[in-house]
Amino acid sequence: MQKALLITPQLCTGCRQCEMACSYEKEGVFNPARSRIRVFDFHAEARFVPYTCTQCDQAWCKSACPVDAIQIDFATGAKVVYENRCVGCKVCTIACPFGTVNYNADTGKVVKCDLCGGDPACAKACPTRAITYVDAEQTGYDKMRVWAMKTDTAHQAQA
Amino acid sequence: MDAGARRLRDFAMHYVIIGAGPAGVTAAEAIRQGDPGGAISLIGDEPEAPYSRMAIPYLLTGQIDEAGTHLRPAVDHYARLGIDTLSGCRVTNIDPLGHQLSLDDGRRRGFDRLLIATGSHPSRPPIDGLDLPGVHHCWTLDDARRIAALAKPGAKVVLMGAGFVGTIVLEALARRRVALTVVEMGDRMVPRMMDDIAGTMLKRWCESRGVAVRTSTRIVGIDAQAPSLGVRLEGGETLPADLVVVSTGVRPNLDFLAGSGIATAEGVLVDDHLQTNMPGIYAAGDVCQSADMVSGAAEVHAIQPTAAEHGRVAAANMVGNDLPFIGSLNMNVLDTLGLVSTSFGHWQGNGGSSVRHQDGWRYLRLEFDHAEDRLIGAQTVGLTEHVGVLRGLIQSKRRLGPWKDILMSHPEQFMQGYVATVGV
Repeated sequence: MQKALLITPQLCTGCRQCEMACSYEKEGVFNPARSRIRVFDFHAEARFVPYTCTQCDQAWCKSACPVDAIQIDFATGAKVVYENRCVGCKVCTIACPFGTVNYNADTGKVVKCDLCGGDPACAKACPTRAITYVDAEQTGYDKMRVWAMKTDTAHQAQA
Repeated sequence: MDAGARRLRDFAMHYVIIGAGPAGVTAAEAIRQGDPGGAISLIGDEPEAPYSRMAIPYLLTGQIDEAGTHLRPAVDHYARLGIDTLSGCRVTNIDPLGHQLSLDDGRRRGFDRLLIATGSHPSRPPIDGLDLPGVHHCWTLDDARRIAALAKPGAKVVLMGAGFVGTIVLEALARRRVALTVVEMGDRMVPRMMDDIAGTMLKRWCESRGVAVRTSTRIVGIDAQAPSLGVRLEGGETLPADLVVVSTGVRPNLDFLAGSGIATAEGVLVDDHLQTNMPGIYAAGDVCQSADMVSGAAEVHAIQPTAAEHGRVAAANMVGNDLPFIGSLNMNVLDTLGLVSTSFGHWQGNGGSSVRHQDGWRYLRLEFDHAEDRLIGAQTVGLTEHVGVLRGLIQSKRRLGPWKDILMSHPEQFMQGYVATVGV
């Protein structure tokens, strides 16, 4: 059964362990700025919101790629950047309406969440279960989709 | 298709796609998904496998080889999907009522559903000398090969036009270590994509990296001037050049539709399902003039994401679904010798609130609707983090509430504004 990241912002304390875990897992460094999941801090409301790619069905990044460098991992459903094909044109970074594909000037390639191949480091690192990796059919998954739909707008029925 | 195959497929729908760029290829794949039994022909007028023009600059810098420009890497991709590809073939005429088209080799083909995805071609400025050896557009793989042969380290290169495509080519040429001069008629670089602040920033950045940029300058002609070329400027000056690259905009490939009855203006006119005025005939990509997402007006947006989206939506409707097109958002991203810039939607504004914030080599402009608390356009320079969300904010027409005022004083918090208004 396919799984998805379920983010429950109400449980987030802003500890940023997810950012540290992600940057270490994917980049080999403890540097939140290199993380593919980001925690947004709304101090006025004392609220923290972890945010990353929802692996949306629409896959705007994938369809915008001019050289087919973004592919679906059929085991996890993740949209994965193949660095050997990516030319660094950055069209996916403007095409993704969620803002979750970013350009890494050091490598000249784009980076995004790939669900760590099915064992996401952010979820493992989260001490409060604000980020969990759950069966996609659970209700939380629908919530993620609702989140996605808010940007997709209407009329995104699948062909 | 021989007669036997034709008989076997008589029961099947025959889809013909003219144009093997991103719109055509995306459509062919989506048609196959929607109609596993249909016959699909993909006609391209270049001899190559379907490739991406957007990848050409990376070919010129040596980052990829020609195979790296291919839209789909697997050589058997089209055969595996049962897509019949005809390359090096140009469609000369369409008979919409007879459901037939003519090819430049004299053959004719029937179709049940037709997609016009013929893309665009570089426009030719009205000056002398464009046909001289050493003067090239940078549009096709063949152009790229010719440019690569001439753009040797130290070669004198004049780039005519600093629009979006020109500025992408600029990056590739500069990385080949040529002696580069860019000549642009407008008063700044990328005048149709960037405002005066951003366009001027790009110019200064290029100059600081050894590229000569002549804005508000017109080229009046190119002369053969042994052993190379002379580029004549208005005012009398002549720039010597081993190579002139002409990049003065692109125009939709429409000429072959003259007399067909298919309605055109700047591009092929379509309804909200991307169908032309002729039933069963659709258009997609650079040649298609479809609704702008913000204004609703029919516009040509010659960009990759719109081409792919057009292809997907047209295909869905061609196989019999009912999928309206939500409109296209004009947007671009440029990397100019390391300075990344983007523009989204109606960055010129529509008379509503506007904020521009420049800090060194970083710049951000946000434009809000005149009537509602939502974003309609944006530009960035020197930022790469989360820029896609500017599209998300415009496309979702999300009401910003108190975040409009926050963004007016802190435009750099656009991602926070997006996350805060998601409502999770």
